[in-house]
Amino acid sequence: MSLSAVIVAAAAAAEDAAAESGGLPQLDMSTWPSQLFWLAVTFGILYWLMAGRFLPAIGGAIEERRGRIADDLDQASEFRGQAEAAEDAYNQSLADAKAKAQGIAADTRAEVDAEIAEMQAETDAKLQGQLEAAEARIGEMKEEATAKVEEAAADATRAIVERLIDEAPTDDAVARAMTNIAR
Amino acid sequence: MNTFRAAGPMDQFEIVRIVDLSVGSIDVSLTNSALWMLICTGAIIAFFFTATRRAAIIPNRVQSTAEVLYEFVSDLVRDTIGPEGRKFFPYVFTLFLWILIANLFGMIPTLPGLPHEAHTFTTTSHLAVTLALSMLTITIVIVYGFWKNGIKFLKLFAPSGVPPAMYILLVPIELVSFLSRPLSLAIRLFANMFAGHIILKLFAGFVVSLVGAGGVLSVMGLLPFIGAIAVTALEFLVAFLQAYVFAILTCIYLSDAAHAADH
Repeated sequence: MSLSAVIVAAAAAAEDAAAESGGLPQLDMSTWPSQLFWLAVTFGILYWLMAGRFLPAIGGAIEERRGRIADDLDQASEFRGQAEAAEDAYNQSLADAKAKAQGIAADTRAEVDAEIAEMQAETDAKLQGQLEAAEARIGEMKEEATAKVEEAAADATRAIVERLIDEAPTDDAVARAMTNIAR
Repeated sequence: MNTFRAAGPMDQFEIVRIVDLSVGSIDVSLTNSALWMLICTGAIIAFFFTATRRAAIIPNRVQSTAEVLYEFVSDLVRDTIGPEGRKFFPYVFTLFLWILIANLFGMIPTLPGLPHEAHTFTTTSHLAVTLALSMLTITIVIVYGFWKNGIKFLKLFAPSGVPPAMYILLVPIELVSFLSRPLSLAIRLFANMFAGHIILKLFAGFVVSLVGAGGVLSVMGLLPFIGAIAVTALEFLVAFLQAYVFAILTCIYLSDAAHAADH
C-alpha cells in the first residue's frame, strides 16, 4: 500500500517534469554564444591571473619555505658541529690543565720532599753534634768524679792507716792497697 | 491538490536573460549562467587574492588551503605528464578550480521565493560549457603534440611494436578513440552534473508532493527526504570527482601529446 503510494507520487512528479520540459535547455543553441562568450571571459581572466600572479606567488612561498627549512637545518647542523668542536676543545683544555696541575703538584711535592730531607739531615747533624758534645762532657765529668772518689778514698785510707799505726803510709802503698781491694 | 507544487526538474537548467547584450549580431547577453560564471570566478579570484596578499613563511588558513590545492594539482601534473608538464600547470590548475567551484557552487540551495534570475545555476550542467572546455583541452593537445613531435605525433595512432597487418584494424580504432575524447570528456561532466541535479530535484519534488498529499503519504515523505540528503552528499563527492577526472584526463591527453614520438 505504502510502496504503491510512493510509486504513484513518483509517477505524478515525473509526469509534471515531462509536461513542463519542452526539450533540453542544454540543446537550445540560441544560448550557446552567450555561454561561450562568458566562459571565455571568466576562464581567460582566471587563467591570466593564475598564471601571472597567484600561482607564482604560492609556488614562491612554498619554495621559500622549503629553502628556509633547508637553510635552518644546515645552520642547525653547523651549530651542532661548532658545539661539538667547542666541547672537544673544552675537554682538551681540561685534560691539559689536569696534566699541568698534576705536574705542578709532583714538582712541588719533590721540592718539598727535598727541602724536608735537607732540613732533617741538618737537624740530625746538629743533634748528633750536641749529643756527642754532651756525651764527651758526661765522660769527662765521670772521669773527674772517679778521680775525686779515688782521691777521697786514698785520703780516707791514709787517714785510717795513720790513726791505726800512727805512721803515714806512702802514696804508693795506699795506691797498691786500693788497687788490690778494688780487684 | 498539489498546494506545495515544486518547479519542474528542468527549470533549474533554463537560461534566463538578465541584461541584453550583443557584440555585432552575436548575442552575448548576461544570463543567469553568465552571472554564476562571474560569481564562481570572482570567488576564486577573491580567495587567491586573499591567499597571496601576504605570502608568508608560516601560512594562515587561507594560504594553507591555496597551497594544498597548488600541491595537489602540481603533483597531479608532475606525476601524469612528467617534467614537461610544468608549462601546463596553470592551465590544468585553472581548469580544475573553475570546474570544481562551478560544480560546488551549483550545490548552493536556492532561497525560496527568489526570481528565476537569482536561482542557483550550475554552469557545468550545460553542454556548451563542458564541450568548450574539452575542445580547448584537445586543441592544446593537438597543437602541442605537433609542435613537440612534428609529424611523429601521428605515431599516437600507429603504436610501434605491432605486426603491420594489425595497423589496418588498429589505426581506425586509435583514431576513433582519439576523436571521441573531447566528446566523452564534455559529456561525462555535463551528464554527471545534469543527472545529479535532476535526481536531487526529483527527490525534493517527491517530498513536497507527498507532504502536500496529507495523511499517511505525508509520513511517507520522509523516505525521499532521506534520499535527497544521501544524494546531496553524493553530489558533493561527484562535484569534486568530476573536476578531478576532467583535470586528470586533460593531463593524460597532454602526456600522450608530450610523449607521442616515444610510442
